[in-house]
Amino acid sequence: MANGKQVASGGEIGAWDMVLYRVSKWLRSPTPYMMFVGFALFFGAWFLLSEVFKVWRFASLPGPREVLIEWFNPDPVYGLSLYSPDYYVHVWSSLRRVLYAFVISTCLGVPFGLFLGWSKNFREFTFPVFETLRPIPVLAWVPLAIVMFRADETPVIFLTTLASFYATALNTMLGVQSIDESYPRAAACLGASKWQIFRHIVIPGALPFIFTGLQISVGVAWFSLVAAEMVSGEYGLGYVINTSYVNVQYPVILIGMISVGIVGYASSALVRLAGDYMMQWRVRELALGGGR
Amino acid sequence: MSATIASAAQPRPRPRQSIFRNHIVRAVISIATFIVLWEVGSRLKLPWVGDVPPPTVVLKALVPLLTDQGYWYSWYQSSRRVFTGFLAAMLIGIPFGLAMATSRIFRDITFPVFEILRPIPPLAWVPAAIIFWPTQELSIGFVIFLGAIFTIMLNVIGGARSIDLRFFQAARSMGSSNWDIFRRIVLPGVLPSIIVGCEVGIGITWNVVVAAEMISGGGGAIQSSAGGGLGFFIWSSYIGGSYPLIVVGMISIGIAGYISSSIIRRLGLLVTPWVRVR
Amino acid sequence: MNAPAATGAAAPEQHATKGAIRIQNVDKVYYAREGRVQAVSDCSLDIRAGEICMIVGPSGCGKTTLLNAIAGFHDITGGAIYLDGQMLCGPDKPKAEPGPDRVVVFQNGALFPWKTNLENVAFGPVVQGRMTKKEAAEKARGMMADAGLVGVEHNYPGEVSSGMRRRVEIVRALMNDPKVLLLDEPFGALDSLTKSVMHEALLEIYYRNKVTIFFITHDLEEAIFLGHRVAIMTTRPCKPKKILDVDIPHPRKYNVLTSPRFRSLMEETVSAVHEEAVKAFEAGEKEM
Repeated sequence: MANGKQVASGGEIGAWDMVLYRVSKWLRSPTPYMMFVGFALFFGAWFLLSEVFKVWRFASLPGPREVLIEWFNPDPVYGLSLYSPDYYVHVWSSLRRVLYAFVISTCLGVPFGLFLGWSKNFREFTFPVFETLRPIPVLAWVPLAIVMFRADETPVIFLTTLASFYATALNTMLGVQSIDESYPRAAACLGASKWQIFRHIVIPGALPFIFTGLQISVGVAWFSLVAAEMVSGEYGLGYVINTSYVNVQYPVILIGMISVGIVGYASSALVRLAGDYMMQWRVRELALGGGR
Repeated sequence: MSATIASAAQPRPRPRQSIFRNHIVRAVISIATFIVLWEVGSRLKLPWVGDVPPPTVVLKALVPLLTDQGYWYSWYQSSRRVFTGFLAAMLIGIPFGLAMATSRIFRDITFPVFEILRPIPPLAWVPAAIIFWPTQELSIGFVIFLGAIFTIMLNVIGGARSIDLRFFQAARSMGSSNWDIFRRIVLPGVLPSIIVGCEVGIGITWNVVVAAEMISGGGGAIQSSAGGGLGFFIWSSYIGGSYPLIVVGMISIGIAGYISSSIIRRLGLLVTPWVRVR
Repeated sequence: MNAPAATGAAAPEQHATKGAIRIQNVDKVYYAREGRVQAVSDCSLDIRAGEICMIVGPSGCGKTTLLNAIAGFHDITGGAIYLDGQMLCGPDKPKAEPGPDRVVVFQNGALFPWKTNLENVAFGPVVQGRMTKKEAAEKARGMMADAGLVGVEHNYPGEVSSGMRRRVEIVRALMNDPKVLLLDEPFGALDSLTKSVMHEALLEIYYRNKVTIFFITHDLEEAIFLGHRVAIMTTRPCKPKKILDVDIPHPRKYNVLTSPRFRSLMEETVSAVHEEAVKAFEAGEKEM
């Protein structure tokens, strides 16, 4: 009878070896060099158009050199650089809000989405209201949120949470619905009760979609947060971008934009890594060229 | 204990279902409940809900608007912005995305830049856009364009990647040229993903339009009052203290957004009749 | 040699060992997009305790519907099904309860991808509260070893070959001491080389645990090789057309395939099967 050693079991190929292998393969392909070309073209064009040749409207735009100098300036002209503490106050302000919103929306959205997918009764009674409210763009809630929540922080966090909640709940529901019906059936055969099926089948089965939803939710959170901060905030990167325009501190606009981009990307990547960690089985399956 | 033997095969009649099991009835009940709770909560001045005008007041505020030309003009302005910005995003995003999907070199050059620009929320671009573009409309248009294009491009790339390899192999074995393959395999194969990307993109677009219009009316980057549109309508209702109109505006945008998503979905089904609805 | 399908109350009940199934005048009607579909019509079949009963028929004829009814995944619209004299489903109770006395092994495999092989196999007893995790793991390891699955306990199903996955799934089912094992074309997706190995593996497992096996397949050779009896079903609506008694003695080895008795059994039945296959083809049956 055939034995089970044909595929490397658990610990034989370490994660670190895989990483090294992939990196070396990447370095040997044209990809990283093309990437360099791309960046060079982009930044080069920006630089030439705005600082050197000052073509048309590009003249009023701060160029990459200006922005970088200011950003790394120990004594920034406009008061905001990697060396100024105010910068980190603003970054943390935005980050904190996204964190609150993300945690709240996940704690509310995932269970809500799980029930939406799992129980037909629950779905038919709740989904219509959800779907009716969803087309209203989150940012259209801004004035109402200010009216409802008077305080400074709450409207911003409410808006961000709302946007994330939609994404999380929807994707979670789709995740539950995507589970092949053989799995709950098999579990029922094996004697599992409804709650055991929920715990052992539905939740792990929906996890891939849940994490996709969470990544989208982080992106959407940043999107809404920046908008909300621009309209109604104090502190925060959106606020920075807005006021530096008003105060004609143009390089700071760019600094703000870049910072948002970096922090936004990092938070998305963190969620993705968390997902990979929690779904080891999927990572391994995909690495071996897909399961069934 | 043996159960009694069943009679000869006769299909059992389907039991009459309670009306409360019908999903349309349930939908109506749930929305009605929501409206009732809103009305009651608002009238009772419950926290948070109490500050929101109740649905009856909102309805009363809506009625005179239906004949107000300015209101419908706002609809037109917002829709125009959404439409033009979205169209521009599609006209550039789809070819760009296809190029990225088909040419390895092109993708290697452009994708990293694409990926570092993508995390920057579209609205963060507003001040930069105003500095750069000569008119306000163009600035708003640019931001809308950015909002939609990333989603569309991502979906195009994803869609192209997911086309089954065997279609290409089959076409090649039947002697297709590269252009034929592109036209008859890649384009139709990508279409469903493009449609999905558009549905998502239009939601983002409405968000951006509303925000841009509010910013143009409210404090901040754009100060002129030439903005207009439903977002501006909401904002000025807020500033002017007519709270019921805020809700009217929100509902209006919701309806407008829903209509545009439906249009895209309908067009999508027309263009891809082979896609089976789940 | 044909044995007539048992019908009506006249036949004596089989109490003895566990796992006798009586399918009695079962109907299944469902409503699909095309309208009303009669999947099963007046189907009666007696499956003896401890036997391997093979169900052969063209794709889409309703065999899976029958299996699903026994397993309790959907209801029946007429007739009744009994297990060891107890009614599973019938006129007052259209849908049976799924349970560990009738475990299913699914066509496309239903090992939980997010649990390791060992966790999968130990799932049943743990979840029913009959054993602690440790005890279940012990027993699972033992049963897996018996089935030749050593060294893959801590792998995920996605990491092992499909043949191995099928064996794990069968062991997972057997961990629960079921009365009946319901197999829905379990080896359909395997290549014929792996299939032949799996057949012998299944028989080995069967000789060790005498469960009743209800095995759906469209492979006549597989059916005659494995089964005590082979029920050839008509195309939709499903009904036994011919029941074959395979009188080749157990235990069987693969060389049985070339024996004259095997070949003559094939001869007897291949035309019946082919007739139904042609009918199904002409009716444009799609895999349900």
